[in-house]
Amino acid sequence: MSVKPGPFQASSAVVPSSTGERGVIQADGAATETVVGTDAVGAAVEASHARLPANWRRYLVRIAALVVAVMIWHLAAVNDLNLYLRFENVPNPVVVGTEFIAQLSSQTFYLHILHSMERIAIAYGLAVVIGIALGVMMGRSRFAEDIILPYIEILRPIPAVAWIPLAILMMPTEQASIVFITFLGALFPIVLNTVHGVEQTPKVLVRAARSLGASNAAILRHVVLPGALPSIVAGLAIGMGVAWFSLLAGEIISGQYGIGYFTWSAYTLVEYPKIIIGMLVIGGLGSLCTLLVRKGCAPLLRWQKEAGRS
Amino acid sequence: MTTAATTHHSAVLEHRDRFRPRQAAGKGHVSVRNVDIVFDTHHGPHTAVQGAQLEIQPGEFVCLLGPSGCGKSTLMNVVAGFVKPRHGELLVDGQPVAGPGPDRGMVFQQHSLFPWKTVKDNVAFGPLMAGVGPREAESVSRTFLSLVGLSGYADAYPSTLSGGMQQRVGIARALANYPSVLLMDEPFGALDAQTRTMMQENLLEIWSEFRNTVLFVTHDIDEAIFLSDRIVVMSASPGRIIADIRVKLERPRQAELLTSPAFMALKRECLALIREQTLHAFEQQNRKH
Repeated sequence: MSVKPGPFQASSAVVPSSTGERGVIQADGAATETVVGTDAVGAAVEASHARLPANWRRYLVRIAALVVAVMIWHLAAVNDLNLYLRFENVPNPVVVGTEFIAQLSSQTFYLHILHSMERIAIAYGLAVVIGIALGVMMGRSRFAEDIILPYIEILRPIPAVAWIPLAILMMPTEQASIVFITFLGALFPIVLNTVHGVEQTPKVLVRAARSLGASNAAILRHVVLPGALPSIVAGLAIGMGVAWFSLLAGEIISGQYGIGYFTWSAYTLVEYPKIIIGMLVIGGLGSLCTLLVRKGCAPLLRWQKEAGRS
Repeated sequence: MTTAATTHHSAVLEHRDRFRPRQAAGKGHVSVRNVDIVFDTHHGPHTAVQGAQLEIQPGEFVCLLGPSGCGKSTLMNVVAGFVKPRHGELLVDGQPVAGPGPDRGMVFQQHSLFPWKTVKDNVAFGPLMAGVGPREAESVSRTFLSLVGLSGYADAYPSTLSGGMQQRVGIARALANYPSVLLMDEPFGALDAQTRTMMQENLLEIWSEFRNTVLFVTHDIDEAIFLSDRIVVMSASPGRIIADIRVKLERPRQAELLTSPAFMALKRECLALIREQTLHAFEQQNRKH
Protein backbone atom coordinates (compact mmCIF):
# COMPACT_ATOMS: atom_id res chain seq x y z
CA MET A 1 0.00 0.00 0.00
CA SER A 2 1.34 3.38 -0.87
CA VAL A 3 1.64 6.23 1.57
CA LYS A 4 -0.55 9.21 0.96
CA PRO A 5 1.63 12.28 1.20
CA GLY A 6 -1.03 14.78 0.16
CA PRO A 7 -2.67 16.15 3.28
CA PHE A 8 0.55 16.35 5.26
CA GLN A 9 2.39 18.51 2.80
CA ALA A 10 -0.21 21.19 3.17
CA SER A 11 0.37 21.59 6.87
CA SER A 12 3.72 23.26 6.98
CA ALA A 13 3.37 25.29 10.11
CA VAL A 14 6.47 26.43 11.88
CA VAL A 15 7.69 25.15 15.17
CA PRO A 16 9.80 27.70 16.97
CA SER A 17 13.16 26.26 17.89
CA SER A 18 13.99 26.13 21.52
CA THR A 19 17.65 26.70 20.83
CA GLY A 20 17.21 30.41 20.40
CA GLU A 21 17.27 31.22 24.07
CA ARG A 22 20.76 30.44 25.07
CA GLY A 23 22.22 32.64 27.73
CA VAL A 24 25.91 33.16 27.63
CA ILE A 25 28.56 33.68 30.20
CA GLN A 26 30.56 36.73 29.48
CA ALA A 27 34.09 37.19 30.66
CA ASP A 28 34.62 39.98 33.12
CA GLY A 29 37.38 41.45 31.04
CA ALA A 30 35.23 41.50 27.98
CA ALA A 31 34.21 45.10 28.29
CA THR A 32 35.04 45.70 24.68
CA GLU A 33 32.71 43.07 23.33
CA THR A 34 29.02 43.68 23.73
CA VAL A 35 27.46 41.22 21.32
CA VAL A 36 26.25 38.30 23.35
CA GLY A 37 25.19 34.77 22.63
CA THR A 38 22.79 33.93 19.88
CA ASP A 39 21.94 37.59 19.61
CA ALA A 40 24.83 37.29 17.24
CA VAL A 41 22.60 35.37 14.91
CA GLY A 42 19.92 37.99 15.25
CA ALA A 43 22.51 40.63 14.52
CA ALA A 44 23.66 38.71 11.47
CA VAL A 45 20.11 38.48 10.20
CA GLU A 46 19.66 42.18 10.82
CA ALA A 47 22.87 42.91 9.00
CA SER A 48 21.72 40.99 5.97
CA HIS A 49 18.54 43.02 6.00
CA ALA A 50 20.53 46.21 6.31
CA ARG A 51 22.37 45.25 3.15
CA LEU A 52 19.13 45.55 1.25
CA PRO A 53 18.99 48.69 -0.87
CA ALA A 54 15.72 49.64 0.80
CA ASN A 55 17.75 50.59 3.85
CA TRP A 56 20.11 53.00 2.12
CA ARG A 57 18.58 55.89 4.04
CA ARG A 58 19.69 54.42 7.32
CA TYR A 59 23.17 53.95 5.90
CA LEU A 60 23.31 57.59 4.91
CA VAL A 61 22.34 58.58 8.43
CA ARG A 62 25.07 56.39 9.88
CA ILE A 63 27.72 57.85 7.59
CA ALA A 64 26.49 61.37 8.30
CA ALA A 65 26.76 60.73 12.04
CA LEU A 66 30.41 59.80 11.64
CA VAL A 67 31.14 62.75 9.40
CA VAL A 68 29.71 65.10 12.02
CA ALA A 69 32.03 63.63 14.65
CA VAL A 70 35.08 64.05 12.41
CA MET A 71 34.08 67.65 11.71
CA ILE A 72 33.72 68.45 15.40
CA TRP A 73 37.11 66.86 16.01
CA HIS A 74 38.59 68.93 13.19
CA LEU A 75 37.15 72.22 14.44
CA ALA A 76 38.20 71.50 18.00
CA ALA A 77 41.73 70.57 16.98
CA VAL A 78 42.25 73.46 14.58
CA ASN A 79 40.99 76.00 17.13
CA ASP A 80 42.96 74.45 20.01
CA LEU A 81 39.80 74.08 22.00
CA ASN A 82 40.29 73.94 25.76
CA LEU A 83 37.03 73.17 27.52
CA TYR A 84 38.20 70.77 30.24
CA LEU A 85 39.10 68.44 27.33
CA ARG A 86 42.29 69.88 25.88
CA PHE A 87 42.76 69.71 22.12
CA GLU A 88 46.06 71.62 21.90
CA ASN A 89 48.02 68.39 21.54
CA VAL A 90 45.45 66.58 19.44
CA PRO A 91 46.34 66.49 15.76
CA ASN A 92 43.50 67.32 13.41
CA PRO A 93 42.01 64.74 11.02
CA VAL A 94 43.83 66.13 8.01
CA VAL A 95 47.20 65.72 9.69
CA VAL A 96 46.27 62.23 10.84
CA GLY A 97 45.08 61.31 7.35
CA THR A 98 48.29 62.58 5.74
CA GLU A 99 50.41 60.72 8.26
CA PHE A 100 48.35 57.56 7.70
CA ILE A 101 49.03 57.68 3.97
CA ALA A 102 52.73 58.17 4.71
CA GLN A 103 52.65 55.19 7.07
CA LEU A 104 51.07 53.03 4.40
CA SER A 105 54.28 53.19 2.43
CA SER A 106 56.49 52.51 5.45
CA GLN A 107 57.69 48.98 5.96
CA THR A 108 57.90 49.17 9.75
CA PHE A 109 54.20 50.01 9.94
CA TYR A 110 53.37 46.66 8.35
CA LEU A 111 55.95 44.97 10.52
CA HIS A 112 54.10 46.25 13.62
CA ILE A 113 50.82 44.93 12.28
CA LEU A 114 52.40 41.64 11.30
CA HIS A 115 53.84 41.13 14.77
CA SER A 116 50.51 41.82 16.41
CA MET A 117 48.70 39.48 14.07
CA GLU A 118 51.25 36.76 14.66
CA ARG A 119 50.80 37.01 18.43
CA ILE A 120 47.04 36.96 18.04
CA ALA A 121 47.21 33.94 15.78
CA ILE A 122 49.39 31.90 18.14
CA ALA A 123 47.62 32.93 21.35
CA TYR A 124 44.12 32.68 19.95
CA GLY A 125 44.81 29.37 18.24
CA LEU A 126 46.02 27.91 21.53
CA ALA A 127 43.07 29.38 23.40
CA VAL A 128 40.60 27.87 20.93
CA VAL A 129 42.06 24.38 21.12
CA ILE A 130 42.67 24.32 24.87
CA GLY A 131 39.51 26.29 25.69
CA ILE A 132 37.14 24.05 23.77
CA ALA A 133 38.86 20.90 25.02
CA LEU A 134 38.65 22.05 28.67
CA GLY A 135 35.08 23.23 28.19
CA VAL A 136 33.92 19.93 26.71
CA MET A 137 35.63 17.97 29.47
CA MET A 138 34.02 20.13 32.13
CA GLY A 139 30.63 19.97 30.49
CA ARG A 140 30.68 16.21 30.12
CA SER A 141 32.38 15.04 33.28
CA ARG A 142 31.58 16.17 36.78
CA PHE A 143 35.01 14.97 37.93
CA ALA A 144 36.80 17.07 35.32
CA GLU A 145 34.65 20.04 36.26
CA ASP A 146 35.53 19.65 39.92
CA ILE A 147 39.23 19.66 39.06
CA ILE A 148 39.24 22.51 36.56
CA LEU A 149 36.54 24.83 37.90
CA PRO A 150 38.45 26.06 40.99
CA TYR A 151 41.31 27.27 38.79
CA ILE A 152 38.94 29.06 36.51
CA GLU A 153 37.05 30.67 39.35
CA ILE A 154 40.27 31.97 40.90
CA LEU A 155 42.04 33.05 37.72
CA ARG A 156 39.15 34.41 35.70
CA PRO A 157 38.57 37.62 37.67
CA ILE A 158 42.23 38.61 37.28
CA PRO A 159 42.48 41.01 34.31
CA ALA A 160 45.10 40.16 31.71
CA VAL A 161 46.92 43.41 32.50
CA ALA A 162 47.51 42.23 36.05
CA TRP A 163 49.38 39.23 34.68
CA ILE A 164 51.98 41.35 32.93
CA PRO A 165 54.62 41.58 35.70
CA LEU A 166 54.47 37.88 36.51
CA ALA A 167 54.38 36.94 32.84
CA ILE A 168 57.54 38.96 32.21
CA LEU A 169 59.22 37.33 35.21
CA MET A 170 58.22 33.81 34.29
CA MET A 171 58.34 33.66 30.52
CA PRO A 172 61.69 33.14 28.78
CA THR A 173 61.10 35.77 26.11
CA GLU A 174 59.15 38.97 25.77
CA GLN A 175 57.27 37.47 22.86
CA ALA A 176 56.21 34.50 25.02
CA SER A 177 54.96 36.75 27.79
CA ILE A 178 52.82 38.81 25.44
CA VAL A 179 51.43 35.67 23.79
CA PHE A 180 50.71 34.21 27.20
CA ILE A 181 48.75 37.26 28.30
CA THR A 182 46.79 37.28 25.07
CA PHE A 183 46.10 33.58 25.41
CA LEU A 184 44.76 34.03 28.94
CA GLY A 185 42.45 36.78 27.83
CA ALA A 186 40.90 34.66 25.08
CA LEU A 187 40.82 31.45 27.09
CA PHE A 188 38.16 32.13 29.72
CA PRO A 189 35.28 33.27 27.54
CA ILE A 190 35.90 30.29 25.27
CA VAL A 191 36.01 27.78 28.15
CA LEU A 192 32.95 29.14 29.90
CA ASN A 193 30.82 29.40 26.78
CA THR A 194 31.80 25.90 25.77
CA VAL A 195 30.85 24.52 29.18
CA HIS A 196 27.56 26.35 28.99
CA GLY A 197 26.82 25.04 25.52
CA VAL A 198 27.77 21.48 26.34
CA GLU A 199 25.68 21.45 29.49
CA GLN A 200 22.65 22.59 27.50
CA THR A 201 22.60 19.41 25.42
CA PRO A 202 18.98 18.25 25.40
CA LYS A 203 18.65 14.88 27.10
CA VAL A 204 16.16 13.65 24.54
CA LEU A 205 18.70 14.07 21.75
CA VAL A 206 21.30 12.04 23.64
CA ARG A 207 18.68 9.36 24.22
CA ALA A 208 17.65 9.42 20.57
CA ALA A 209 21.26 9.02 19.50
CA ARG A 210 21.83 6.16 21.92
CA SER A 211 18.77 4.28 20.75
CA LEU A 212 20.04 4.72 17.19
CA GLY A 213 23.21 2.91 18.19
CA ALA A 214 25.58 5.86 18.73
CA SER A 215 28.72 5.35 20.81
CA ASN A 216 29.91 7.95 23.33
CA ALA A 217 32.35 9.34 20.79
CA ALA A 218 29.61 9.58 18.17
CA ILE A 219 27.34 11.35 20.65
CA LEU A 220 30.08 13.87 21.34
CA ARG A 221 30.63 14.48 17.66
CA HIS A 222 27.06 14.39 16.38
CA VAL A 223 25.05 15.66 19.33
CA VAL A 224 27.03 17.46 22.02
CA LEU A 225 29.41 19.53 19.90
CA PRO A 226 26.93 20.69 17.27
CA GLY A 227 24.44 21.52 19.99
CA ALA A 228 27.03 23.55 21.87
CA LEU A 229 28.26 25.30 18.76
CA PRO A 230 26.13 28.46 18.93
CA SER A 231 27.41 29.06 22.44
CA ILE A 232 30.98 28.14 21.48
CA VAL A 233 30.93 30.55 18.54
CA ALA A 234 29.71 33.32 20.82
CA GLY A 235 32.62 32.48 23.12
CA LEU A 236 35.05 32.53 20.22
CA ALA A 237 33.90 35.98 19.16
CA ILE A 238 34.08 37.35 22.70
CA GLY A 239 37.45 35.64 23.13
CA MET A 240 38.78 37.39 20.04
CA GLY A 241 37.75 40.77 21.44
CA VAL A 242 39.41 40.06 24.77
CA ALA A 243 42.49 38.70 23.00
CA TRP A 244 43.06 42.07 21.32
CA PHE A 245 42.38 43.90 24.54
CA SER A 246 44.99 41.77 26.31
CA LEU A 247 47.48 41.89 23.46
CA LEU A 248 47.46 45.66 23.45
CA ALA A 249 48.05 45.82 27.17
CA GLY A 250 51.00 43.47 26.78
CA GLU A 251 52.45 45.32 23.80
CA ILE A 252 52.20 48.72 25.41
CA ILE A 253 54.17 47.65 28.42
CA SER A 254 56.71 45.42 26.78
CA GLY A 255 57.76 44.49 23.29
CA GLN A 256 59.65 46.05 20.41
CA TYR A 257 57.12 45.56 17.68
CA GLY A 258 53.39 45.38 17.51
CA ILE A 259 50.62 47.87 17.01
CA GLY A 260 50.33 48.48 20.75
CA TYR A 261 54.02 49.30 20.95
CA PHE A 262 53.60 51.52 17.88
CA THR A 263 50.85 53.48 19.63
CA TRP A 264 52.66 53.85 22.93
CA SER A 265 56.01 54.76 21.40
CA ALA A 266 54.22 57.40 19.32
CA TYR A 267 53.22 58.99 22.63
CA THR A 268 56.71 58.80 24.16
CA LEU A 269 58.33 60.08 20.95
CA VAL A 270 55.78 62.92 20.63
CA GLU A 271 54.53 61.71 17.26
CA TYR A 272 50.93 62.38 18.16
CA PRO A 273 49.24 61.64 14.81
CA LYS A 274 50.58 58.10 15.07
CA ILE A 275 48.70 57.60 18.36
CA ILE A 276 45.42 58.03 16.57
CA ILE A 277 46.54 55.91 13.63
CA GLY A 278 47.51 53.16 16.07
CA MET A 279 44.16 53.38 17.81
CA LEU A 280 42.20 53.20 14.59
CA VAL A 281 44.28 50.30 13.31
CA ILE A 282 43.73 48.42 16.57
CA GLY A 283 40.00 48.99 16.34
CA GLY A 284 39.92 48.02 12.70
CA LEU A 285 41.96 44.86 13.13
CA GLY A 286 39.99 43.81 16.21
CA SER A 287 36.70 44.21 14.38
CA LEU A 288 38.09 42.45 11.34
CA CYS A 289 39.27 39.46 13.38
CA THR A 290 35.95 39.16 15.22
CA LEU A 291 34.13 39.38 11.90
CA LEU A 292 36.37 36.65 10.48
CA VAL A 293 35.57 34.41 13.44
CA ARG A 294 31.84 34.94 12.99
CA LYS A 295 31.90 34.55 9.22
CA GLY A 296 34.16 31.53 9.49
CA CYS A 297 31.77 29.81 11.87
CA ALA A 298 28.58 30.87 10.07
CA PRO A 299 28.41 27.83 7.75
CA LEU A 300 28.42 25.61 10.84
CA LEU A 301 25.37 27.44 12.20
CA ARG A 302 23.37 27.43 9.01
CA TRP A 303 20.72 25.22 10.61
CA GLN A 304 20.03 27.88 13.19
CA LYS A 305 19.70 30.64 10.64
CA GLU A 306 17.29 28.54 8.58
CA ALA A 307 15.13 28.13 11.66
CA GLY A 308 15.12 31.85 12.29
CA ARG A 309 14.32 32.69 8.71
CA SER A 310 11.25 30.55 8.21
CA MET B 1 -1.72 1.63 -5.25
CA THR B 2 0.04 -1.66 -5.57
CA THR B 3 2.90 -0.41 -7.74
CA ALA B 4 4.01 2.16 -5.23
CA ALA B 5 3.65 -0.40 -2.49
CA THR B 6 5.84 -2.88 -4.31
CA THR B 7 8.53 -0.27 -4.89
CA HIS B 8 8.61 0.70 -1.23
CA HIS B 9 8.49 -2.81 -0.04
CA SER B 10 11.29 -4.12 -2.24
CA ALA B 11 13.48 -1.08 -1.50
CA VAL B 12 12.93 -1.47 2.21
CA LEU B 13 13.70 -5.17 2.14
CA GLU B 14 16.72 -4.74 -0.06
CA HIS B 15 18.34 -2.35 2.40
CA ARG B 16 17.48 -4.52 5.33
CA ASP B 17 19.03 -7.59 3.78
CA ARG B 18 22.16 -5.67 3.03
CA PHE B 19 22.96 -4.21 6.40
CA ARG B 20 20.90 -6.03 8.97
CA PRO B 21 20.42 -9.54 7.65
CA ARG B 22 20.14 -11.06 11.10
CA GLN B 23 17.06 -8.91 11.72
CA ALA B 24 14.88 -11.59 10.20
CA ALA B 25 11.18 -11.96 10.79
CA GLY B 26 10.03 -13.51 14.04
CA LYS B 27 12.15 -11.18 16.16
CA GLY B 28 10.81 -8.69 18.63
CA HIS B 29 9.61 -10.73 21.56
CA VAL B 30 9.39 -8.51 24.62
CA SER B 31 9.12 -10.02 28.05
CA VAL B 32 8.56 -7.83 31.10
CA ARG B 33 8.83 -9.95 34.22
CA ASN B 34 7.75 -8.61 37.57
CA VAL B 35 9.33 -5.24 37.00
CA ASP B 36 9.40 -2.61 39.75
CA ILE B 37 10.66 0.83 38.88
CA VAL B 38 11.63 2.98 41.82
CA PHE B 39 13.08 6.50 41.75
CA ASP B 40 14.91 8.03 44.66
CA THR B 41 13.51 11.48 45.25
CA HIS B 42 14.10 14.08 47.94
CA HIS B 43 11.08 12.73 49.78
CA GLY B 44 12.37 9.18 49.66
CA PRO B 45 11.81 6.36 47.20
CA HIS B 46 8.95 6.76 44.75
CA THR B 47 7.50 3.66 43.11
CA ALA B 48 6.65 4.56 39.55
CA VAL B 49 5.77 1.07 38.36
CA GLN B 50 4.96 -1.95 40.49
CA GLY B 51 4.99 -5.60 39.50
CA ALA B 52 4.62 -5.11 35.79
CA GLN B 53 4.11 -8.38 33.88
CA LEU B 54 3.87 -8.28 30.13
CA GLU B 55 4.56 -10.62 27.24
CA ILE B 56 4.54 -9.13 23.77
CA GLN B 57 4.70 -11.47 20.80
CA PRO B 58 6.77 -10.65 17.71
CA GLY B 59 4.82 -8.45 15.34
CA GLU B 60 2.22 -7.41 17.89
CA PHE B 61 1.03 -3.82 18.05
CA VAL B 62 0.52 -3.09 21.74
CA CYS B 63 -0.71 0.16 23.25
CA LEU B 64 0.13 1.10 26.83
CA LEU B 65 -2.89 3.12 27.89
CA GLY B 66 -3.24 5.05 31.10
CA PRO B 67 -3.65 8.45 32.74
CA SER B 68 -0.67 10.77 32.94
CA GLY B 69 1.67 9.84 35.75
CA CYS B 70 0.78 6.14 35.68
CA GLY B 71 4.30 5.19 34.69
CA LYS B 72 3.54 4.04 31.16
CA SER B 73 6.32 6.14 29.69
CA THR B 74 8.63 5.00 32.46
CA LEU B 75 7.89 1.39 31.66
CA MET B 76 8.65 2.10 28.03
CA ASN B 77 11.93 3.76 29.01
CA VAL B 78 12.88 0.53 30.74
CA VAL B 79 12.24 -1.40 27.54
CA ALA B 80 14.26 1.22 25.67
CA GLY B 81 17.09 0.78 28.17
CA PHE B 82 17.14 4.37 29.42
CA VAL B 83 15.94 3.42 32.90
CA LYS B 84 16.97 0.41 34.95
CA PRO B 85 14.28 -1.44 36.90
CA ARG B 86 14.80 -1.83 40.64
CA HIS B 87 13.51 -5.40 40.58
CA GLY B 88 12.46 -7.83 37.92
CA GLU B 89 13.73 -8.73 34.55
CA LEU B 90 13.34 -7.43 31.05
CA LEU B 91 14.12 -9.58 28.02
CA VAL B 92 13.99 -8.76 24.34
CA ASP B 93 14.27 -11.89 22.22
CA GLY B 94 15.53 -13.74 25.25
CA GLN B 95 18.35 -11.29 25.95
CA PRO B 96 18.31 -9.10 29.07
CA VAL B 97 18.19 -5.38 28.21
CA ALA B 98 21.46 -3.76 29.29
CA GLY B 99 20.97 -0.32 27.77
CA PRO B 100 19.62 1.50 24.74
CA GLY B 101 20.28 -0.21 21.43
CA PRO B 102 19.43 -0.02 17.77
CA ASP B 103 17.25 -3.15 17.96
CA ARG B 104 14.71 -1.02 19.84
CA GLY B 105 13.90 2.09 17.82
CA MET B 106 12.34 4.97 19.68
CA VAL B 107 10.00 7.71 18.54
CA PHE B 108 9.71 10.49 21.10
CA GLN B 109 6.88 12.87 21.78
CA GLN B 110 8.52 15.86 20.11
CA HIS B 111 11.73 17.84 19.52
CA SER B 112 13.88 14.77 19.22
CA LEU B 113 15.33 15.36 15.75
CA PHE B 114 18.88 16.68 15.56
CA PRO B 115 18.22 20.31 14.62
CA TRP B 116 21.68 20.71 13.05
CA LYS B 117 21.21 17.80 10.69
CA THR B 118 19.05 17.95 7.61
CA VAL B 119 16.01 15.68 7.45
CA LYS B 120 17.98 13.31 5.25
CA ASP B 121 20.95 13.20 7.63
CA ASN B 122 18.67 12.62 10.60
CA VAL B 123 17.27 9.51 8.99
CA ALA B 124 20.71 8.38 7.80
CA PHE B 125 22.14 8.61 11.31
CA GLY B 126 21.09 5.13 12.45
CA PRO B 127 22.45 3.31 9.38
CA LEU B 128 25.70 5.30 9.70
CA MET B 129 26.04 4.24 13.32
CA ALA B 130 25.40 0.67 12.22
CA GLY B 131 28.55 0.92 10.14
CA VAL B 132 26.91 1.29 6.76
CA GLY B 133 28.83 3.49 4.34
CA PRO B 134 27.68 7.08 3.75
CA ARG B 135 26.34 6.35 0.29
CA GLU B 136 24.31 3.38 1.45
CA ALA B 137 23.07 5.33 4.47
CA GLU B 138 21.88 8.12 2.24
CA SER B 139 20.10 5.64 0.01
CA VAL B 140 18.40 4.06 3.04
CA SER B 141 17.45 7.53 4.18
CA ARG B 142 15.85 8.39 0.86
CA THR B 143 13.90 5.14 0.83
CA PHE B 144 12.48 5.83 4.27
CA LEU B 145 11.72 9.46 3.53
CA SER B 146 9.67 8.41 0.54
CA LEU B 147 7.99 5.86 2.78
CA VAL B 148 6.73 8.65 5.03
CA GLY B 149 6.03 10.93 2.08
CA LEU B 150 8.74 13.47 2.77
CA SER B 151 11.09 12.97 -0.18
CA GLY B 152 10.76 16.63 -1.05
CA TYR B 153 12.12 17.70 2.31
CA ALA B 154 15.35 15.70 2.35
CA ASP B 155 17.58 18.78 2.55
CA ALA B 156 15.39 20.84 4.86
CA TYR B 157 16.28 21.39 8.49
CA PRO B 158 13.79 19.95 11.00
CA SER B 159 12.84 23.32 12.46
CA THR B 160 11.38 24.39 9.12
CA LEU B 161 8.92 21.48 9.22
CA SER B 162 5.51 21.30 10.89
CA GLY B 163 5.07 19.19 14.02
CA GLY B 164 3.42 16.37 12.10
CA MET B 165 6.15 16.30 9.50
CA GLN B 166 8.81 16.26 12.20
CA GLN B 167 7.15 13.24 13.77
CA ARG B 168 7.12 11.47 10.44
CA VAL B 169 10.84 12.11 10.11
CA GLY B 170 11.18 10.68 13.62
CA ILE B 171 9.34 7.55 12.55
CA ALA B 172 11.45 7.23 9.42
CA ARG B 173 14.61 7.68 11.50
CA ALA B 174 13.62 4.97 13.95
CA LEU B 175 12.56 2.55 11.21
CA ALA B 176 15.68 3.12 9.09
CA ASN B 177 17.55 1.06 11.66
CA TYR B 178 15.25 -1.92 11.11
CA PRO B 179 14.45 -2.29 14.80
CA SER B 180 12.72 -5.47 15.84
CA VAL B 181 10.80 -3.41 18.39
CA LEU B 182 9.50 0.07 17.71
CA LEU B 183 8.86 2.12 20.85
CA MET B 184 6.60 5.13 20.50
CA ASP B 185 6.16 7.49 23.42
CA GLU B 186 2.98 9.49 22.77
CA PRO B 187 4.35 10.40 19.35
CA PHE B 188 1.20 12.22 18.26
CA GLY B 189 0.36 13.76 21.63
CA ALA B 190 1.49 17.24 20.65
CA LEU B 191 -0.34 17.31 17.32
CA ASP B 192 -3.75 18.75 16.56
CA ALA B 193 -6.63 16.27 16.30
CA GLN B 194 -6.86 16.35 12.51
CA THR B 195 -3.18 15.77 11.94
CA ARG B 196 -3.19 13.10 14.63
CA THR B 197 -5.83 11.00 12.86
CA MET B 198 -3.91 11.24 9.63
CA MET B 199 -0.70 10.27 11.37
CA GLN B 200 -2.38 7.23 12.91
CA GLU B 201 -3.59 6.04 9.54
CA ASN B 202 -0.20 6.75 8.05
CA LEU B 203 1.56 4.82 10.80
CA LEU B 204 -0.61 1.75 10.23
CA GLU B 205 0.13 1.85 6.52
CA ILE B 206 3.86 2.05 7.14
CA TRP B 207 3.73 -0.60 9.82
CA SER B 208 1.94 -2.97 7.45
CA GLU B 209 5.20 -3.10 5.50
CA PHE B 210 7.30 -3.95 8.54
CA ARG B 211 5.08 -5.87 10.89
CA ASN B 212 7.63 -5.45 13.63
CA THR B 213 6.65 -5.32 17.28
CA VAL B 214 5.29 -1.92 18.32
CA LEU B 215 4.89 -0.68 21.85
CA PHE B 216 2.91 2.56 21.75
CA VAL B 217 2.28 4.75 24.79
CA THR B 218 -0.87 6.87 24.80
CA HIS B 219 -3.55 8.28 27.07
CA ASP B 220 -6.06 8.44 24.23
CA ILE B 221 -8.40 5.44 24.19
CA ASP B 222 -9.55 6.08 20.59
CA GLU B 223 -5.95 6.06 19.46
CA ALA B 224 -5.25 2.86 21.37
CA ILE B 225 -8.24 1.02 19.89
CA PHE B 226 -7.62 2.29 16.38
CA LEU B 227 -3.97 1.29 16.30
CA SER B 228 -3.42 -1.76 18.38
CA ASP B 229 -3.89 -5.51 18.55
CA ARG B 230 -3.79 -5.29 22.30
CA ILE B 231 -4.36 -2.58 24.86
CA VAL B 232 -2.52 -2.84 28.13
CA VAL B 233 -4.20 -0.56 30.65
CA MET B 234 -2.26 0.97 33.54
CA SER B 235 -3.47 2.77 36.63
CA ALA B 236 -1.68 5.44 38.59
CA SER B 237 0.10 5.57 41.95
CA PRO B 238 1.71 3.20 41.89
CA GLY B 239 1.70 2.41 38.20
CA ARG B 240 0.28 -1.05 37.67
CA ILE B 241 -1.07 -3.03 34.77
CA ILE B 242 -4.78 -3.48 35.49
CA ALA B 243 -6.19 -4.81 32.22
CA ASP B 244 -5.12 -6.45 28.99
CA ILE B 245 -7.66 -6.08 26.19
CA ARG B 246 -7.53 -7.70 22.74
CA VAL B 247 -8.69 -5.51 19.90
CA LYS B 248 -10.26 -7.71 17.31
CA LEU B 249 -10.82 -5.19 14.56
CA GLU B 250 -9.85 -6.12 11.06
CA ARG B 251 -6.89 -4.59 9.31
CA PRO B 252 -6.25 -2.56 7.27
CA ARG B 253 -7.99 0.11 9.31
CA GLN B 254 -8.98 3.49 7.99
CA ALA B 255 -10.17 6.63 9.71
CA GLU B 256 -13.82 5.75 8.97
CA LEU B 257 -13.47 2.98 11.52
CA LEU B 258 -13.37 5.58 14.29
CA THR B 259 -17.08 6.29 13.83
CA SER B 260 -18.25 2.76 13.07
CA PRO B 261 -20.64 0.88 15.41
CA ALA B 262 -18.08 -1.87 15.91
CA PHE B 263 -15.52 0.68 17.11
CA MET B 264 -18.06 2.34 19.42
CA ALA B 265 -19.11 -0.99 20.89
CA LEU B 266 -15.52 -1.92 21.56
CA LYS B 267 -14.78 1.45 23.07
CA ARG B 268 -17.78 1.10 25.41
CA GLU B 269 -16.56 -2.32 26.42
CA CYS B 270 -13.06 -1.02 27.05
CA LEU B 271 -14.26 1.91 29.09
CA ALA B 272 -16.43 -0.35 31.23
CA LEU B 273 -13.57 -2.76 31.78
CA ILE B 274 -11.15 0.05 32.60
CA ARG B 275 -13.60 1.55 35.09
CA GLU B 276 -14.19 -1.81 36.72
CA GLN B 277 -10.48 -2.58 36.92
CA THR B 278 -9.66 0.88 38.20
CA LEU B 279 -12.19 0.50 41.01
CA HIS B 280 -10.85 -2.95 41.74
CA ALA B 281 -7.32 -1.57 41.89
CA PHE B 282 -8.40 1.17 44.29
CA GLU B 283 -10.15 -1.35 46.55
CA GLN B 284 -7.05 -3.49 46.69
CA GLN B 285 -5.04 -0.40 47.45
CA ASN B 286 -7.38 0.56 50.31
CA ARG B 287 -7.38 -2.92 51.77
CA LYS B 288 -3.63 -2.79 52.03
CA HIS B 289 -3.59 0.45 54.00
